[in-house]
Amino acid sequence: MTDIAPTGHREETTTEVAVNGGHGEATTLHRVVVRFAGDSGDGMQLTGDRFTSVSAAYGNDLSTLPEFPAEIRAPAGTVHGVSSFQVHISDHPITTPGDEPNVLVAMNPAALRADIDRLEPGGTLIVNEDNFDERSLEKAGYTSPSGGTINPLEDGSLDGYRVIRVPMTSLTKEVAAPLGVKPRDAERSKNFFALGLVSWMYTRPTEPTLDWIATRFAANELVAAANRAAFLAGYNFGETTEAVGHRFEVRPATLPAGEYTSVTGNTALAWGIVAAGQLAKLPVTLGSYPITPASDILHELSKHKHFGVRTVQAEDEIAAAGMALGAAFAGHLGVTTTSGPGVMLKGETISLAVSVELPMIIVDIQRGGPSTGLPTKTEAADLNIALFGRSGEAPLPVVAARSPVHCFEAAIEAARIAVKYRTPVILLSDGYLANGSEPWQLPDIDDLPDIAVPFARDPNHVDADGNPEFWPYLRDPQTLARPWAIPGTPGLMHRVGGLEKEDGSGNISYTPDNHQRMVDLRAAKVAAIAADIPPVEIAGDVDAGVCVLGWGSTWAAIDAAVERRRRAGDKVAHVHLMHLNPLPPNLGDVLRSFRSILVPELNLGQLARVVRAEFLVDARPISKVQGLPFTSRELEAAIEGAQAS
Amino acid sequence: MTDTTLTSKKDWASDQEVRWCPGCGDYGILLAVQQLMPELGVPPENTVFVSGIGCSSRFPYYMNTYGFHGIHGRAPALATGIAIARPDLDVWVITGDGDGLSIGGNHLIHALRRNVNLTILLFNNRIYGLTKGQYSPTSEVGKVTKSTPFGSIDPPFNPLAVALGAEATFVARTHDLDRKHMMEVFRAAHDHRGAAFVEIFQNCNVFNDGQFADITKKQHRDERLIDLVHGEPIRFGANRERGVVMGSDGQLRLVDVDTVGEDAILVHDAKRDDPSLAFALARLSTDDHSPTPFGIFRQVVRQEYASAIGAQLAQASERKGPGDLAALLRSNGTWTVAGTN
Repeated sequence: MTDIAPTGHREETTTEVAVNGGHGEATTLHRVVVRFAGDSGDGMQLTGDRFTSVSAAYGNDLSTLPEFPAEIRAPAGTVHGVSSFQVHISDHPITTPGDEPNVLVAMNPAALRADIDRLEPGGTLIVNEDNFDERSLEKAGYTSPSGGTINPLEDGSLDGYRVIRVPMTSLTKEVAAPLGVKPRDAERSKNFFALGLVSWMYTRPTEPTLDWIATRFAANELVAAANRAAFLAGYNFGETTEAVGHRFEVRPATLPAGEYTSVTGNTALAWGIVAAGQLAKLPVTLGSYPITPASDILHELSKHKHFGVRTVQAEDEIAAAGMALGAAFAGHLGVTTTSGPGVMLKGETISLAVSVELPMIIVDIQRGGPSTGLPTKTEAADLNIALFGRSGEAPLPVVAARSPVHCFEAAIEAARIAVKYRTPVILLSDGYLANGSEPWQLPDIDDLPDIAVPFARDPNHVDADGNPEFWPYLRDPQTLARPWAIPGTPGLMHRVGGLEKEDGSGNISYTPDNHQRMVDLRAAKVAAIAADIPPVEIAGDVDAGVCVLGWGSTWAAIDAAVERRRRAGDKVAHVHLMHLNPLPPNLGDVLRSFRSILVPELNLGQLARVVRAEFLVDARPISKVQGLPFTSRELEAAIEGAQAS
Repeated sequence: MTDTTLTSKKDWASDQEVRWCPGCGDYGILLAVQQLMPELGVPPENTVFVSGIGCSSRFPYYMNTYGFHGIHGRAPALATGIAIARPDLDVWVITGDGDGLSIGGNHLIHALRRNVNLTILLFNNRIYGLTKGQYSPTSEVGKVTKSTPFGSIDPPFNPLAVALGAEATFVARTHDLDRKHMMEVFRAAHDHRGAAFVEIFQNCNVFNDGQFADITKKQHRDERLIDLVHGEPIRFGANRERGVVMGSDGQLRLVDVDTVGEDAILVHDAKRDDPSLAFALARLSTDDHSPTPFGIFRQVVRQEYASAIGAQLAQASERKGPGDLAALLRSNGTWTVAGTN
């Protein structure tokens, strides 16, 4: 099951042994997980991002997990100020950012303290030893009960790891000094030293990073020169010193032929919205209020005005939703993006959208809750509010993305349902998908679905005197959608609102029978969408005893865990939901065909409760609410347990 | 297709039965709007009335235009969405003192700040009518209502001062008993490019009857209704014998014209960029029993929001060409995998 490379890198998916690559001294690995950790100001996100980009361009499959504190500048050197970026690169298809890093780069004692427990036993630890001074050790909490500090580099506590001590700060200052860079400024380049060193260790090409430095810092030659010098110094440090030892290579993955790019979930989602507007032949209007971890979608969409995308940074979450709905009334694809706390504020507008039956997309990039919770950490505990968080009977379709790349497709699907059925749709993603990135084999634009629907142009009814008139709630018998008649259309003037309206005419009506009919109709309209979504497919073994049922970002960890159990000889099935409401039409039958159903969720069992209620099956929740995604190992253990029971 | 030149008042009235209380001031406002609309030259299908919640917010149901009866306080947000999506439309917002200044205060001030092309009519009756008689954010201190049996202790908002503080470019006041004045003010508000804010003193004859009677009833208008006309001295009274002066301390005072001389009377300037005069005029009266200015307080030109969005869109298209989805997906850089190896 595991193979041990010279540094103790452990394979997760293969039984093959690492082979000498025949590329000089480099040993070939199938995969590696590197984690860069440092202070918030140390540039770890940028470092991880560069390593990722170079690896993507090199042809590896990859998956990333950026983690950063909620504070913009948490107190320097403290554990809660640690910012990390984990990246998993491989020569074969992978889905997760890796359970345990094989390599941890710790730029200071706080980063070491925060992340050392994640490093695999025997893993490689690269530390910037310049930062292990008394003061930094104290700030990181490496203190002795009897007073004074304890240096973990000296006390034997790291004996289980391969520790590489590098004076990164002083070496960086040294190479930057001849360039005329002040020591304080030079210190800022030390992350490039780390990047250079790790780039050497994993035989990454240097040109892309050097080119990137030249472009990115074109405005400041001195900074560009310092970063370049630091990067090369790190690279050369690996090459010329004995300290680092062996080099490794992770060859390009055997991905399907095609053109690839690398995207984060939020970028893919924003592009999906741009695409949805084009495919629906509707201009996009986005109302949004900044909120972590959704703000990047607002940023991205604000760039694309040449697609006719209008963006407004509204005064609050409520107005953001209101603007989107107003734009929808006027004939645009109305979108609002937020996280859980914002969904709560938008609830009233979403209820109104249910009542006036207009299309609208509400994007919820979930984060840890309740309340402000863990703004920068992931969780998927908003399923309940997405399904039920409104006054009255207010059902609406809910769609969830399963991977960063899938956010693109999920956004188009949310738009398709919204415009076809004239309904608000909640699109769920989460902090992990939002910031995580992976390679994306670009779709052929011509293969994307046409989701355009016609606006109403003509009267659809006659009054008692035989005169044509327009009934805004006279439904399409197939979809039960009401006509979408936009202002500017002569003869179709009508009024909509949150008051109950008469079936057909749309006039205000408080009669008992009509309200029953309208509540039933709104529910039937959404329920009938089940016939317009694909049935669930079973991944893995159809004849398995155990089925893992997932939704959203748990897909990667479930997929890896299920595959591993299957390789170990177990029969396991994986069913993953993109549509949370309505549920796929065959889901009940599929679930009933398994002895045991496990539902891993980053909440306390919200989907499990739904399927238990809906299908009377014994679905067992597997919960994790730590602000982190599941590791595949955690799920593998749960599957093993279920197999045994 | 509606011929705009031929619409009459009845073309603008919907077939819905008007359900305000008999005697409500809202009827007069509805009539003024319906009578004005044919004169504005905009066809009904290009007109949208948006409202929040409250008695006044039923207004859109009675207009034969496109209408959106929204949620409490959120009409400016819905209307902003409509106006930015469709600058070709004529968008009106109907709100009240509770809807616009309490639950929806935030949206109102930001719509004004952005200068979205909206005509906002705020029906101020200083009471909550639809919920049957609680005090509102414009109720006077001491007001006894169901929720303030010992008298309200909340200092009220001055709607015009709020609008001016929010950088509104058009601020006016009228009242429900003078259809001609309403129509004049509404017309100017409609013609204003940007957010136009109109406060309408409106009588709630059920829960707050006669609140403005001391000013707006015909027999009191000479004494207490100060008609503001841009470029003209601010005078009132049966024989225009009273006027407004500005003291050296910047304070506005009511004076007898004879005492100070005609030249000392303040000349109204609605088009001054500096809003301090409009602000002072808005605060000239602090109760509903003293001389109170009506008309257009402020009317200045500033870029309208939807046009600004449109300009950025046009600029982006000019610079980058029309949106190309295939290019967008490649904007992070790409690499090619030749085939499985």
